[in-house]
Amino acid sequence: MTIIENTTDIAREIRKKIYRTAHFAGGGHMGAAFSMTDIISVLYFGDVLRYRPDEPDWEDRDKFILSKGHACFALYSALAMAGYFPEEELYHVGKPGSKFGGHPKLHDIPGVEASTGALGHGLSFGIGIAYSDKVDGRDSHTYVVLGDGECQEGSIWEGALSAPTLELDNLTVIVDHNKLQAMDELENIVRMKPFGDKWRAFGWNVIEIDGHDHEEIRYALLERKANVPTLIIANTIKGKGVSFMEGVPIWHFRMPNDKELPVLMEELGLTEEDLSR
Amino acid sequence: MRTAYLKALHELAAKDKNVYALISDNGAIVYDDYRRDFPDQYLNLGISEANMIGMAAGMASRGKIPFAYTIGAFLAYRAFEFIRNDVCLQNQNIKIVGTGAGEVYSALGPTHHSTEDLGGLRGLPNLTVITPASPMEVYKATLAAYGHEGPVYLRIGTNREPEIYDGDYDFSIGKSVTLREGEDITLIGMGSILKDMLDVAEELEKDRIHARVINMHTIKPIDSEAIKKAISETGKIITIEDHNITGGLGSAVSEIIAETGKPVRFKRLGLANFSQGYGTYQEVKENNNIGKSRIRETFMELIR
Repeated sequence: MTIIENTTDIAREIRKKIYRTAHFAGGGHMGAAFSMTDIISVLYFGDVLRYRPDEPDWEDRDKFILSKGHACFALYSALAMAGYFPEEELYHVGKPGSKFGGHPKLHDIPGVEASTGALGHGLSFGIGIAYSDKVDGRDSHTYVVLGDGECQEGSIWEGALSAPTLELDNLTVIVDHNKLQAMDELENIVRMKPFGDKWRAFGWNVIEIDGHDHEEIRYALLERKANVPTLIIANTIKGKGVSFMEGVPIWHFRMPNDKELPVLMEELGLTEEDLSR
Repeated sequence: MRTAYLKALHELAAKDKNVYALISDNGAIVYDDYRRDFPDQYLNLGISEANMIGMAAGMASRGKIPFAYTIGAFLAYRAFEFIRNDVCLQNQNIKIVGTGAGEVYSALGPTHHSTEDLGGLRGLPNLTVITPASPMEVYKATLAAYGHEGPVYLRIGTNREPEIYDGDYDFSIGKSVTLREGEDITLIGMGSILKDMLDVAEELEKDRIHARVINMHTIKPIDSEAIKKAISETGKIITIEDHNITGGLGSAVSEIIAETGKPVRFKRLGLANFSQGYGTYQEVKENNNIGKSRIRETFMELIR
């Protein structure tokens, strides 16, 4: 099996797990999680991120910060598949006694590098990590996933100025550019075009890709440019993988009804057994 | 106070290569020696407080000990959510150093005054809040903040504060300093306004009124034992602070008083509004009803 065949299988599994997590939790930000499923699949299983699930604090690991913390079901699923914790944990998210909530928390969940949820925090946090690793001479890369709506936060642009100034070539930021935010299309709410040019003007090595094409994702994640941080604009579809969710804003935070559920199950390959306990 | 802070930071940086001075383009010449001696442990991140605090948290997660410094008003208000989520929620070992405590940047006006910072910061879990009263105390508090594993907010003034200590003394986080013994009334203060309080207490000594003066340099965790002792031994307490009357020292002390259920004559002196008017620090304090004359009046009202 090639790397890409493998990550494609993984992405299919992660989408199933995302829905099962939401199903048992009774809700969650599925659209945002489906949107970045392919990115996280390639990052964790495409021979990109270096990590040790049995040693989460391994000093030389690469770091991944999910700045758009609401998409954490994708991260939890990837971490479970990588072996950080038993898959069973996913199906108690948001319940009393669980350490897993609707946004990831540092210290509580092995493999989580930062507590995120409030938007606009992960970039600066990631810059702090990348800067420290660089001055320590550590061969370690930091990846940060931002939402495109998240880029309406002013702090993102403080970080956008900072990382090129600090010449952090050990930092790669991926914007999950699904062009939707909670209430509408991005562009109807805040005019962000030309999006890539903004980052280019700020001094980033900008790569634009199809955020569901595993070859392109992998190529971009491994791209490096001396003394310049890399910014990947991953053009994605929010809700990717479930036809009635794709590109529809309401699926930012909604659960399927009785009519929609069989369609979702069919498309994701879920069985009745997967959804019963 | 800033010079005393830099002296301590210089020593810490020499001792521990993980100590980093982060600044948000504020500090000017006071950082000259530090920058010369530790260029690799210094970052001016520009005018971006939120980014500075977020980045400090990332650095702390990699074992660095960032001292993030700028005007307290910009940290406590602009970067509050970053202090809450990135620093306190994750319990990162960061020292947040806010200059210009209270109205000390008197003529610069309310945008540059840290007069509501404690109201917000005092409520943050994991955060230790220290408001030193003099240059010597800033020096000791900076070393103590380094020695404390976890987030600390250090509220310091500028460079004109008088020294209130005659000689060396023990500083420890959470343990107030009784600057003056007395059994008629207790004055509890924080920051450089303690000098005004000591002056008033001195004057009133001539009238044979013996005032106890407590330097509550740590607002959180507060020294509740010293407050309880003051209640039982003096029965009268005045808190004085260069901070809004809501949410700061007076509020913290009244919380302890209320829970003791003991009768006590109690008065809080602090700002009722944003700082009004301009002038020297002393003039602005007078103009905003926390100057020496108002301390004296309140004192007399309560002692009668």
